[in-house]
Amino acid sequence: MAITAPSPMTTTAVDDEKPLVDFRNVAMKFPNGTVALSGVDITVDRGEFVTVVGPSGCGKSTLLRIASGLEQASEGTATVTTDRIGYVFQDATLLAWRDVQRNVELLAELNRRPKAERREKAKAAIDLVGLTGFEKNLPKQLSGGMKMRASLARSLTLDPELFLFDEPFGALDEITRERLNDELIQLFVREGFAGMFITHSVSEAVYLSTRVVVMSGRPGKIVRAFDIPFPMPRDPDIRFTAEFAELVGDVSHALREGHQG
Amino acid sequence: MTATEMSPFIGSAITEEQQEQQEQLAAAIGVADMPVSRKAITTQGQRISRGVRAALPPIAVFLVVLAAWYGVNAVLGARNFLVPRPDQVITEAIVGRTGQGLQILQSLLLTAEVAVIGLAIASVLGILWAVLMSQFRWFQRSTYPYAVILQCIPILALVPLIGVWFGYELNARIIVCVMIALFPMVANTLFGLQSVEKSQRELFQLQRASRFTVLTKLQFPAALPSIFVGLRTSAGLAVVGAIVGDFFFQRGTPGIGSLMQTYTRLLSYPQLFAAIIGASLLGVLMFFIFGLIGKVAVGKWYDPAN
Repeated sequence: MAITAPSPMTTTAVDDEKPLVDFRNVAMKFPNGTVALSGVDITVDRGEFVTVVGPSGCGKSTLLRIASGLEQASEGTATVTTDRIGYVFQDATLLAWRDVQRNVELLAELNRRPKAERREKAKAAIDLVGLTGFEKNLPKQLSGGMKMRASLARSLTLDPELFLFDEPFGALDEITRERLNDELIQLFVREGFAGMFITHSVSEAVYLSTRVVVMSGRPGKIVRAFDIPFPMPRDPDIRFTAEFAELVGDVSHALREGHQG
Repeated sequence: MTATEMSPFIGSAITEEQQEQQEQLAAAIGVADMPVSRKAITTQGQRISRGVRAALPPIAVFLVVLAAWYGVNAVLGARNFLVPRPDQVITEAIVGRTGQGLQILQSLLLTAEVAVIGLAIASVLGILWAVLMSQFRWFQRSTYPYAVILQCIPILALVPLIGVWFGYELNARIIVCVMIALFPMVANTLFGLQSVEKSQRELFQLQRASRFTVLTKLQFPAALPSIFVGLRTSAGLAVVGAIVGDFFFQRGTPGIGSLMQTYTRLLSYPQLFAAIIGASLLGVLMFFIFGLIGKVAVGKWYDPAN
């Protein structure tokens, strides 16, 4: 499945032939007997932004957990060819006792990078997400959107080749969510990472992605995949075009069919 | 928009939010019943008047109790020596006879010393115990039941044995104190260490952080608010422990507990009252000081809403 057309974003390194993420026939059975995934094939190439939509409990998050190494697939092969992986959780997971600067420095600190490098990386990442001026603020002084930006910045310090997003904007209000979607696309274009994004929102999926993958309910299987043809970076106004609406409709249909089947 | 343009707006938003959260924290760690000192630090007139308003009800209660005290004294008639009037307590026990007030103060200081030493030992032991339990599942399974049992044993029943084993002086008093103050430290620290969110743990796991790094950079800081709740509870209990110790182990310099027994025997009721009030103030003071230390240490970042 998922025949991936060469993307316009592809960079020119030599081993670009190999996808960053290559899942073949991946299944996940938990010790308690729950079957979260069954026979999943999915690839993410460089330059791609792949979003997975599906009903609650279909194992979407489990895909990311396997890709990041937090879990092992119980069947099939899951190959990830980079270790520069950014992971953005549902909540911002900031450490409450650290200010923005020190939160963003955390991952470099855990990887024992020198202090000067940490500071520099964090500064650049904070700049990228538009939090300059808030370095000294504590998490409790930030809004939900700002916390998420800090969380993004923290992962950006890893210079990720692959960025995994587990419903990062689900708890935000619509306006903040749309703004962060646009900023995420800017980052995607500028930083050149590949993305794997989980969401409940079909329109968010279509807007952000180069490809949308639809999963069925438990056990999670892939129902269909849609290539999204709009150019990157996205023009916010495509949301109001007939083509966009049609794609959203198609994805929604596939989602509903998968849910029934 | 640049940061400098934003910051004044953010600044004012923060102070208001912080104010509210500090109040929540104060309530959570139990210093909300000390509103006067808390509010007096702030500079805005509006807040001071709020502080005064908060202080009025407790002051009113204090006056009512004082009046009731005089009332009881008057009603008792010939037996009113059982409940000496507040002014008698002050004139006869504290300023009246030379050296008496000083003696009470000295005993209080000794009891306070025992309580502080006991609390320090209980804190170190309690935190260590909890850290070990959080790191080794088997250690928690095998030892936590005994922490609970320690809490359930009536320490008073053990006190004679402690005397037999450790003598009747300062050491025995400190041991009683530690036994009484230990459990809240263990339980609260363990709770705090285990309260870390799964996703935060995984954030560290993804960078292949060692167990020790997770403990020092994630679990321990996250546990600090709970540790301070434990410390405050234990501080109050340490005073109780020290006074219980005084009662039983009367060799060496007398603590406030043994002084109370002496006054009871001598029927020196004003002095007894002064000693009781002194001991109570010591308990309140310890509770308050450790509550305040907690607030200073974690109040800035701790957000009880999360």
